Amino acid sequence: MNNTLISYISAFLVGGVICSLGQILIDKTKLTPARILVLFVTVGVFLTALGLYQKVVDIGGAGATIPLTGFGYSLAKGTFSDVDKHGLLGAFTGGIRATAGGVSAAIVFGYLVAVIFKPKAKA
Amino acid sequence: MLDKKVGKQTRRLHNPPVITATASIVGPKEGKGPLAAHFDLTVDDELWGEKTWEKAESKFVKETYAKILSNASLAANGVDYIIAGDLLNQSIASTFGLRDSGVPFYGVYGACSTIGESMGLGAMLIDGGFASNVVCITSSHFCSAEKQFRFPLELGSQRAPTSQWTVTGSAGVLLSAEGTGPFITKITTGKVVDLGIKDQNNMGAAMAPAAADTIYAHFEDTGLPHDYYDMVITGDLGSIGLEILDDLLSSNDIRIGKVLNDGGVMIFDKKQDVHAGGSGCCCCASVLAGYLYDSLKKGKLRKILLVPTGALLSPTSVQQGESIPCVAHAIVIENVIGG
Repeated sequence: MNNTLISYISAFLVGGVICSLGQILIDKTKLTPARILVLFVTVGVFLTALGLYQKVVDIGGAGATIPLTGFGYSLAKGTFSDVDKHGLLGAFTGGIRATAGGVSAAIVFGYLVAVIFKPKAKA
Repeated sequence: MLDKKVGKQTRRLHNPPVITATASIVGPKEGKGPLAAHFDLTVDDELWGEKTWEKAESKFVKETYAKILSNASLAANGVDYIIAGDLLNQSIASTFGLRDSGVPFYGVYGACSTIGESMGLGAMLIDGGFASNVVCITSSHFCSAEKQFRFPLELGSQRAPTSQWTVTGSAGVLLSAEGTGPFITKITTGKVVDLGIKDQNNMGAAMAPAAADTIYAHFEDTGLPHDYYDMVITGDLGSIGLEILDDLLSSNDIRIGKVLNDGGVMIFDKKQDVHAGGSGCCCCASVLAGYLYDSLKKGKLRKILLVPTGALLSPTSVQQGESIPCVAHAIVIENVIGG
């Protein structure tokens, strides 16, 4: 098996495990989707701060950075790098700077999709 | 005062109002359910050609109201009162849908119990001699209700397994002073009951105690045997709530048995992926206006106890962590004026 195929499979498995955890929380707890969303981002931040999430990213690649925990990972990583460069001020700028691309893309593409498509119920 | 008061919560109607006509118009999912043959019309498009779901819901109300009048061959000026309500803020589905009706209007809010509340009030108006014809009508819409109470559909949020599917459509009845039946012979008005359930994705569990309370009060007030009715229909507890209700009634020694059913369970097939069943003002109302009314008219059912249940929460109360108060109103519908 070549390396590309292996990285696809590990991304699928790691991403799948993270999303399955979310599904289990929806099915087995009374947490609302909004709370699960915030929980995943926060867990991503903490695991990155403790140095654990980098190991998950090393294995899973996009499977670890695309789910919401990956957003927390980017926030924490950006904060670390800006603190190194600018000191305490970096704690306020780093997270936003590192995730600006993703946030802007979400707004732009979200807007475009909302203009083009209409949501409907599954009949 | 005549002996209209039966116990604390039940009232006997001396001149029992007649349900002279019904109508129901529903959306595509309901039109694929087991009760499809009993609806007056199924609309394939949830927007029904309108720009918003709220406008569509009002159109459901407007068209259903027109259908009730045409089913009854009644002119618009023959209606004395309309009593209506829905799930949207300030009940705009009802008021916008009925703004051209030109008939005195009472707006009510009882969430999914609205049809029970409006029929109870309408029945007393007629029995009291204040009206000859009263239309009781309600509506709900899956897409507008998700936006109102949970998340906008655009979010694509996952639904919890205990959640119920809001019925899209409108349904109503015409109550008249004269006619050949079926008759509303008694009503039992429910109290607000709150056992502290906070999970808004499990309304069935929240509403079951209210249904049990009203059913218990009904049999206590009337002294009727527990097997008196051909069918006792709650709405809309869904499959989870119905099981809880069965347990609650058994523990109070009320044995209704197999004739206990629920509108939320009846309206959809399990294969339709609606999780715990149907809900919404139109759920119990459309089951009554369609299947139940047809069965009463054909004599397959002769006497039923309809117990619509409502969860009286608001998005604000949920955000503030409040529990969910609920209410259930019982309506006795009989082909022959009995007990």
